[in-house]
Amino acid sequence: MASGIKDKVAILGMGCAKFGERWDQNADDLIVEAYSEAIADAGIETSQIDAAWFGTAIEEQHVGKSGVPLATALRLPYIPVTRVENYCASGTEAFRGAVYAVASGAADIALAVGVEKLKDTGYGGLPQRSRGSVNDLYWANASAPGSFAQLAAAYSAKHGVNAGDLKRAMAHISIKSHDNGSRNPKAHLRNQINEEKVLNAPMIADPLGLYDCCGVSDGSACAIVTTPDIARGLGKKDLVTVKALQLAVSNGTEAQHNSWDGSYFMTTRKAAERAYTEAGISKPRDQVSLFEVHDCFSITELVTMEDLNISPEGGAVKDIMDGFYDADGKVPCQIDGGLKCFGHPIGASGLRMIYEMYLQMHGRADARQRQDEPVFGLTHNLGGFPHQNVSSVTIVGKEGA
Amino acid sequence: MMAAGILAYGGYVPKARLQRAEIAKAHSWFNPGLRGLGRGERAMANWDEDTVTMAVEAGRDCLADLPRGDVGGLYMASTTYPFLDRQNSGIVAEALNLNRGLQAVDLSSSQRAGSSALMLALQTSGERATLVCASEKRRTKAASPLEFSCGDGAAALLVGEGEVVARYLGGATETVDFVDHFRGEGESFDYTWEERWVRDESYLKIVPGVVTTALDNAGVSVDSIAKFCVPSTMPKVATMLAKSIGLPAESVADNLQANCGETGAAHALVMLVNALEQAQAGDKILVIGFGQGCDALVFEVTPAISTMHGRLGIAGHLARRREEHNYQRFVAFNELLIMERGIRAEVDKGTGLTTLYRNRAMTQGFVGGKCNKCGTIQFPKANICVDPQCAAIGSQEDEPFSNKTAKLNSFTADGLTYTPDPPNYFGMVQFDEGGRLMSDFTDIDPDAELVVGMPMRMVFRVKDYDKRRGFRRYFWKATPADGPA
Repeated sequence: MASGIKDKVAILGMGCAKFGERWDQNADDLIVEAYSEAIADAGIETSQIDAAWFGTAIEEQHVGKSGVPLATALRLPYIPVTRVENYCASGTEAFRGAVYAVASGAADIALAVGVEKLKDTGYGGLPQRSRGSVNDLYWANASAPGSFAQLAAAYSAKHGVNAGDLKRAMAHISIKSHDNGSRNPKAHLRNQINEEKVLNAPMIADPLGLYDCCGVSDGSACAIVTTPDIARGLGKKDLVTVKALQLAVSNGTEAQHNSWDGSYFMTTRKAAERAYTEAGISKPRDQVSLFEVHDCFSITELVTMEDLNISPEGGAVKDIMDGFYDADGKVPCQIDGGLKCFGHPIGASGLRMIYEMYLQMHGRADARQRQDEPVFGLTHNLGGFPHQNVSSVTIVGKEGA
Repeated sequence: MMAAGILAYGGYVPKARLQRAEIAKAHSWFNPGLRGLGRGERAMANWDEDTVTMAVEAGRDCLADLPRGDVGGLYMASTTYPFLDRQNSGIVAEALNLNRGLQAVDLSSSQRAGSSALMLALQTSGERATLVCASEKRRTKAASPLEFSCGDGAAALLVGEGEVVARYLGGATETVDFVDHFRGEGESFDYTWEERWVRDESYLKIVPGVVTTALDNAGVSVDSIAKFCVPSTMPKVATMLAKSIGLPAESVADNLQANCGETGAAHALVMLVNALEQAQAGDKILVIGFGQGCDALVFEVTPAISTMHGRLGIAGHLARRREEHNYQRFVAFNELLIMERGIRAEVDKGTGLTTLYRNRAMTQGFVGGKCNKCGTIQFPKANICVDPQCAAIGSQEDEPFSNKTAKLNSFTADGLTYTPDPPNYFGMVQFDEGGRLMSDFTDIDPDAELVVGMPMRMVFRVKDYDKRRGFRRYFWKATPADGPA
């Protein structure tokens, strides 16, 4: 196997715009907001950046195609700018591009920016759009919650979990994320909720109610990466380095071959296994300090904690109800509020997760700071549908850990 | 020369039955005279059904497991085709995976189109059988008597020589430009004249002569007719005709007004199928078609009628029903009201005709693939086998999926995505022989529970309407495999 990315690249600076309904801001305004924080944090000038990667998913709603919108917003000095799109993993893909550029030696300092402006559609939820001209001929008429709701039916059937118990575990996930989001000034949703409110909310796609669905937000996040040596040369200490960058993409097996039962993510299991190997982690339940997983829907988070090999298969409900993933639990998940409450501007989300890990590792997470010193942080994106998706698993951590 | 006749029959009636009392309740403030029509129920097409999809389902019912390659013609009849210029029977032929060498014809423009299509098929079918599909889904004005009396439905008859279930003994036809109603160019609704005039001047004056000629041609005496099918909802007209012609009073067939409604150009064939379902060998059936003249056809049922078991036909579909008590849903499906459908409904549903043509076997024919290396059945058919252990390249042969049975793997009721009938039920269905599809569902009863593992079957439906361009695309959807099989 390849030697992997572990400790080859350090995070020099990060930034994140406030997520939410940013009615008065264009996408490029949000980019500048995130970038200003990151460049100040990194302590460098724009002219020192060798290359940039730009992640955005539904570009027709805001900036349009190509790397030009990023280069123009930041007045980048005619450097290479690559626009990437890979569903909800688009932000992580931008990060992967920048990190690989530094690791290869092609760039000393690279930039990853993600942005999405989703609140210009005139309605709540993700934009309804074409899935491609051939797919439109035969794909089911599915919204995102409808696609992910499928997990609940298949999970209940497989593990014999009754619908009420599953719904309460899903509610616990959302209540926890709202609690966490309430302590995060950049979060889209900062209200606290309770079980009664979750269980009585309007149904969106059975069994997913309103509070089982994440916020759809405007936002941007940004990372500047370099080699550990250059980072130290710039005076940085206690480096946060990249430990693993893995991505697994469905090849049609789940959608077309009867070997998958619909209750889990084949991609996440593959990506997680490779990521733990790459990071040198053998007991993830004990070794990973913090998780930011792709909680687009509460059921996604529940299933993902098994796919990441933290809860045993069929055991997530118990861990969730035991508070294992709460902010004060054994391994907090979504300590920043997650997609659920920080919000989900698609192209920015992967970078937002890494931003939170970076803050936590540096002890800069203020009211939501984890008191046990974090060592490894795992971030996860899931784009598409349970039956055909891209899943990214990223691990960052303290240098040398 | 061998005698032509009916080789097989099939029918289709949409599952929803709008309760006429609900129509009456909505409109009696305006027209108290409608109260008297508020009895029984009428068949109501789902939002994703049109005359093409209903013809396909009737055709599937009729053909069952008969060899489809032998069908040499497809005559379709309707006055409510989804396309004015695109052969509607061509869509039906593709959905039924019929032989491309067949002759397809669309007949239209008269309520007599169904009976005329049948008569033509009987006259022209030789060794190669002709499938006749008649289908109707009329839009009717709110608060019109037609809104009560019409029903949506289809019938199919396979016509040719061989072991017929009903022998064609003879018939007669007459054309008279009697305009009892009309629907002009660009108009959605019928314009009708007084019923009593239509009955007295048209039915009672035109039909008896044609029937008498038909019976003469068939060599059948009036008193030997077991069933007389008159596709009219006018009270007593069938009884009056029987009396004036001299047919036995008990021969008058049920016009299905109580539980189906009159299915327009399809109704003569719908009633004929319904009569065949109840017939004994030796029964003689007289069916007429009426509209700007009259067709009359005489059949004699043969002992082979007993081979028709297993088809739902008209009676089976009528038994497979769900009561619809919401008149507003009918109004919405038929676009009789300007409704706020939300911005999500604005998504452009344009279809690349090149894209559609390349993929028509997949979408309209529901043809997938079977790997000739490992045997894995899969949808869609792809260049590389989906079985991870096989992955053979270029190994797949055509594999039709439409008649495969499936089991439900996962599902939801999606209240967010736009659909004309929210929520949109969809989920993964897994075919028993292999292959699966994340599929839209249709005809889901909100009160009946979906369960992982339950049996499902596939039906041909409208996938999307492209209102901007007047186009619609078709695909297959899953529905619970309930009801009598």
